[in-house]
Amino acid sequence: MKINRRNFFGVAGTLMLVGGTLGAGLKKPQAARKPKAPLDPYGCVVDLTICVGCRKCEQACNQANDLPSPQASFDDLSILEHKRRPDASAYTVVNRHYIGKLDERNRLIPTFVKIQCMHCQDPACVSACMVGAMTKRDNGAVYYDVSKCIGCRYCMVACPFQIPAYDYHDPLTPEVRKCTFCYDRMSKEGKKPACADICPVEAITFGKRSQIIEIAYQRIMSDPGRYLDRIYGEYEVGGTSWLYISGEPFEKLGFLDLPTRPMPHLTETIQHGLFSYLWAPLALFAILGGFMWTLNRKQIKGNSEPDKTGGRV
Amino acid sequence: MNADAKPAPVDARFWTPGVMVMVAFMVVGFLFIIARYIGGLAAVTNLDNTHPWGLWIGIDVATGVALAAGGFTTAALSHIFGRQQYEAITRPALLTAMLGYTFVSLGLVIDIGRSWAIWHPVVYWQNNSVLFEVAMCVMIYLHVLYIEFIPIVVEQVKGKVALPGRLSIFDRAVEGLLELADRILGKVMWIFIIAGVVLSCMHQSGLGSLMLIAPTKLHPLWYTPVLPLLFLTSAIAVGYPVVVFETTLATSSIGSDGEMSILTPLTRVTIYLLGIYMGIKIGDMVVRGTYVYLLDGTVQSKSFLVEMIVGVIIPWFMLLIPGVRHSRRALFIACTLIIGGVAVNRMNVFLVGYQPPYAETSYFPAIGEIAITAGLISTLMFIYRICITYLPVLSLGDQEVSS
Repeated sequence: MKINRRNFFGVAGTLMLVGGTLGAGLKKPQAARKPKAPLDPYGCVVDLTICVGCRKCEQACNQANDLPSPQASFDDLSILEHKRRPDASAYTVVNRHYIGKLDERNRLIPTFVKIQCMHCQDPACVSACMVGAMTKRDNGAVYYDVSKCIGCRYCMVACPFQIPAYDYHDPLTPEVRKCTFCYDRMSKEGKKPACADICPVEAITFGKRSQIIEIAYQRIMSDPGRYLDRIYGEYEVGGTSWLYISGEPFEKLGFLDLPTRPMPHLTETIQHGLFSYLWAPLALFAILGGFMWTLNRKQIKGNSEPDKTGGRV
Repeated sequence: MNADAKPAPVDARFWTPGVMVMVAFMVVGFLFIIARYIGGLAAVTNLDNTHPWGLWIGIDVATGVALAAGGFTTAALSHIFGRQQYEAITRPALLTAMLGYTFVSLGLVIDIGRSWAIWHPVVYWQNNSVLFEVAMCVMIYLHVLYIEFIPIVVEQVKGKVALPGRLSIFDRAVEGLLELADRILGKVMWIFIIAGVVLSCMHQSGLGSLMLIAPTKLHPLWYTPVLPLLFLTSAIAVGYPVVVFETTLATSSIGSDGEMSILTPLTRVTIYLLGIYMGIKIGDMVVRGTYVYLLDGTVQSKSFLVEMIVGVIIPWFMLLIPGVRHSRRALFIACTLIIGGVAVNRMNVFLVGYQPPYAETSYFPAIGEIAITAGLISTLMFIYRICITYLPVLSLGDQEVSS
């Protein structure tokens, strides 16, 4: 009834093999993941030095997506007193930030920040979604297909920008809700996203991502005193389709400091390292089969009564 | 649990006060489940847009899967590594795993927004997703567990099939079917036993990979590239303590002892298994330098200290003492601490350590979430009780009927 030393080493040895197999999988060179992104996607640059916080984009978004009408009208700017986040009934919101700068009459200067799905080039939600309900489309949109969704909300866990929202009140057919990049308007009607279309001060520039990045840098170069020399979203999490230029530091305006490596890099490296052609599970199966065969053959010879639940090998 | 005894149905009073309490929890949980399907998740949970996963993922799924590891660890020990003296504990462990995974799936059905779409992963594959791998493994493994359990049912009913009334004309057909199942399964069971271990290793580690996609949200005390390995080693380490825990509970509620002869050597293995987990965990902390967070007084650092000191280090040193391994009570306490440590770890990774940006409140489970979790666990224990009463699962030897 005692586990002797030799038996233990059998157990420990196999554990090390399992661990080693896992470890080897992590380091396999074939597993090195290349960033994924559509070749020539569309994008938008938001110029935070221009935005006046009129909330017209919120209104256009609401109509374009047939969202429920809000309790307070879109003309009501008192709502800017509080910081908001996009939710199931509003795919984009504008927040007002005071970073402490004063104008010539000693009044605080506001900076307005429009928030919506960033439409990452290599999105965490797309990699995370177990049924492929989230996909990155060629035109740049991160598209949500409700017909596949099971409502596990892993996309919400994965999103580094904390964007997807959920219909928590719907008992049977809730949906993940987020900015669609006006996918249908763009792909079927050839129009800009509703928010970019309506903006009365042209704070949002729509175009091919590569081109609007150039335009943004030209704008920064032409007036270096007005802008920081940086485009938020150019490199964050591998790049995003929505980009921002600003005169104030991004971290003071509610923007997150994010790594440049795409979020799915580590998990996909592990997954494909271990499971391409199911090599690791099959190897483990073979190793365990070997143990079972060698260890139980001896046992059965010395034991006249084989056990019932499967020891009969 | 007696190593020499044959597994047999337990002959004890069924409706004990404990069983009544379980039924009460089941009823309350069921009422909250109805509320969830009338008012949506918002009606019974504290989940919000910044906290999409709560108690049900932390306890019902992540902890449930970890604590059901007794199934594959005992199967590996007894059937693969040929330690057949542990045969007596494989059946209760298998039953626990089978019921555990069934209730993990039930918990998921309730948690996902579109419960009726639970079958989608079978059709819509997305093999970049860790969750897809976990879901497929759990689904296949659940079936493997049911197949592994068939011989136990066959053993009980074979030769005794007597269907009521007119159905009795099918008696012989059913007998023939059972005979066939017994014969075929006896020949191919080794495939399922190994597959069960492989699938377990895959999804136990896969659960650890889940949070790796959110490096900016999981606290550095837990976010590490070796998180999958930590989940796997902790699941393997907790397997035997769970067996000790439930065996002690089952035998004391039924009034039997004499199981120490088999539990004591089992916990000697646990010293090594838990030691491996502890070594990787502490080594990882040293390599990544995350010990700087240990004493910063946040909820996260406190929860990590509880997880490691109370849940790993103290029980590990307890198991080193031979007196503890031979004392029924002390061994039970040590194993309970190990189980608690793994449960706290899973809660830490999925809930406490999850720090979403822009969150206005922190998450704490609602009454409804707790009630449904308690209801599901009670139902699991209730069915376990039914199974050991009518099927040959426990090997108790001389049984004493409890008063």
